[in-house]
Amino acid sequence: MVQYTEVMVRYGELSTKGKNRKDFIGKLAANVNRVLKDFPEIEVHPKHDRMHITLNGTPFEVIDEKLKKVFGIQTYSPVIKTEKSLESIKETALEIMQATYEAGMTFKVNTRRSDHKFEYDTNQLNSIIGDYIFEKIPGIKAEMKHPDLVLRIEVRQDAVYISNQLLHGAGGMPVGTAGKAVMMLSGGIDSPVASYLALKRGVDIEMVHFFSPPYTTEKALAKAKELTGVLANYAGKINFIAVPFAEIQETIKEKLPEGYLMTVQRRFMLRLADIIRERRGGLAIFNGESVGQVASQTLESMVAINDVTTTPVLRPVATMDKTEIIKLAEKIGTFDLSIVPFEDCCTIFAPPRPKTKPKLDKARKYESYLDVDGLIQRALDGIEITAIYPDQKFIDNQSSEDADLL
Amino acid sequence: MIYFDNSATTKIDPEVLSTYTKVATDIWGNPSSLHKLGDRAHQMLEASRKQVASLLGVKPHEVFFTSGGTESNNTAIKGTAFEKREFGKHIITSSVEHASVANAFNSLEKLGFRVTRLPVDKQGRVNVNDLRQAIDSDTTLVSVMGVNNEIGAIQPIDEISDLLENYPTIHFHVDNVQALGKDIWERVFTPRVDLTSLSAHKFHAPRGIGVLYKKEGKMLMPLNDGGGQEKGLRSGTENLAAIAAMAKAMRLVLTDESQKAAKEQAIKDKILSYLQTKPGIDIFSPSNPDFAPHVLCFALEGIRGETLVHTLESRDIFTSTTSACASKTADEASTLVAMHVDDKIATSAIRLSFDESNTMQEADKFIAEFDDIYQHFAKINHLGE
Repeated sequence: MVQYTEVMVRYGELSTKGKNRKDFIGKLAANVNRVLKDFPEIEVHPKHDRMHITLNGTPFEVIDEKLKKVFGIQTYSPVIKTEKSLESIKETALEIMQATYEAGMTFKVNTRRSDHKFEYDTNQLNSIIGDYIFEKIPGIKAEMKHPDLVLRIEVRQDAVYISNQLLHGAGGMPVGTAGKAVMMLSGGIDSPVASYLALKRGVDIEMVHFFSPPYTTEKALAKAKELTGVLANYAGKINFIAVPFAEIQETIKEKLPEGYLMTVQRRFMLRLADIIRERRGGLAIFNGESVGQVASQTLESMVAINDVTTTPVLRPVATMDKTEIIKLAEKIGTFDLSIVPFEDCCTIFAPPRPKTKPKLDKARKYESYLDVDGLIQRALDGIEITAIYPDQKFIDNQSSEDADLL
Repeated sequence: MIYFDNSATTKIDPEVLSTYTKVATDIWGNPSSLHKLGDRAHQMLEASRKQVASLLGVKPHEVFFTSGGTESNNTAIKGTAFEKREFGKHIITSSVEHASVANAFNSLEKLGFRVTRLPVDKQGRVNVNDLRQAIDSDTTLVSVMGVNNEIGAIQPIDEISDLLENYPTIHFHVDNVQALGKDIWERVFTPRVDLTSLSAHKFHAPRGIGVLYKKEGKMLMPLNDGGGQEKGLRSGTENLAAIAAMAKAMRLVLTDESQKAAKEQAIKDKILSYLQTKPGIDIFSPSNPDFAPHVLCFALEGIRGETLVHTLESRDIFTSTTSACASKTADEASTLVAMHVDDKIATSAIRLSFDESNTMQEADKFIAEFDDIYQHFAKINHLGE
């Protein structure tokens, strides 16, 4: 296996952000440092145009998976630093090419020099190294316009840096650069995807999750936390705020007409999310609603529910089809967990015939029969906050221990 | 002690017994219960099913747990006959099946089903041409065993499968109770097989547990109605400890399967080459690819099988007349009769059946002890004169 010495990271949209660039790069460096914290020998050097990660012996392959999940990285390349001599350039170039070449691939050499005193110029290096590779790898073809492999040789003051891979990062913006928000996380397929998309735009989210014991089980809560653990791979750490919701649901069920159970429940959820947002310094509320997917997600419902706040409510998957959402959920690793069948609090008190076109004035009127402030206050008093880290497990793993018996 | 009766049952593996005990002690909830004790049991049940499925190369929802080979066979056969009775009432089997198949067909015959029992050749194998002629538009089921329990003949399941490709609606059941772990699985469990039966105590797991494989989409009428366990095919609270133990035993028996089967074959070949030199000994389990490596059936002319079994037992060697299930009844061996072996010779037959725990030293010891017995009986019966 090729021993890469460093990774060159190219920024995404950061380059266009003018005077804020410094903060953005600083945030990205902090996020990269956090995902690589288990590798103390690695050094991260953020520069104004690139970031250099010096590996100091850590295999590139083990950090590759982690870098893929850091938002704000457009592309990155594993690089070998070598001596400024023709022999070591040849040797390293061949090594890197042999590690990545597959039958039928084409290549070209692309040399850049910032050290103009080096004994060979770019054209000379291109042709010497190109000839050498051509001779040593039987069957490889040169191709100038669209080669499969671009062998990049950078001659700098201190050394020569050689790479031939351009790997795609997660794109987006470094988490934290867009400020804080709360995310309304159920245990379903959509809200984890919406969370991922919020993180991708640099939003530092905290999860707000409603649970209703004894109507919902400990396992449903554990599942939502474990989903947060999957998403924490993209954020480093996510706070999980569990809000008890059973009293509100029972009260609504007891006092209000069936057609408005769902609408009024959602109004309470949004109210609670908004208060929590304000207390924790967030600027917006995200959720996983997709237009028209269920009764609570029609535009009429959104009007009747959104009425409780003027805070921006952002819906990253609003216009996505279910199949598109599922595809993304599979890609980010939340799908398998999302489909584990536990009741969540949205389904427990779902009326058989919810209004798909609830009227705002009726929702307001019915709600006025309730002690809204008291209910909200008691729910807030029962809040529990847990900090959740990447891939943290919450679902009882007794079964995997038991499976050792087989 | 030399135990050469592994086709009757096998000794439980201590590791398997330990799994049984742990599961019975710690995971005792009912898999159908909603609470966490039930949930834990359910997880264990499904993990066991997944493991069995993966070892057999099938899907987890195609694996059904039963009480053993007899129940699996009855469920496959009667379940098919009842389920498809609207489409036809003709069912086909061989004349050398285990009693749990043969008697299931007998019962169905009494209920008015038309039964064809395919004859066998001198090797105890059915001929696919006989099957071809037997099939008609009324046929709903073909049931032929993989490995014969009395002589170890491997039935031409591959040829039957090819033929049945032309009859996709006929259920094809294979009793594979004797076939697992003998390095012949692909021959007796082809993709055409719809149903197959396994029994756990034949591979070092406890009694009272077995598997019925049922191919996705194939319908059977359940014999046990009740709480709907096993997707309604086999109601009754799941025997979880035994199920987990079986899953483990299956993993163990299939580890290094080829080496184990080769070892059994070597033991068989060694004893066989001795027996072949002896006048008055008839061998029904030759050493060739159409016979399983672990069964050796032979007769010593003039001496009843049970006499020989007890004589060997007095020397601490445990064997069987041809089928343990029938050996306490007066019936002569049904497979040998179907092969048209002379009655006197058929009643003299005994069966040695090996497994991976047997050794070549045991084979040598058997030969020495048997030779002693042989000299005695040969003299009395004037063998070789």
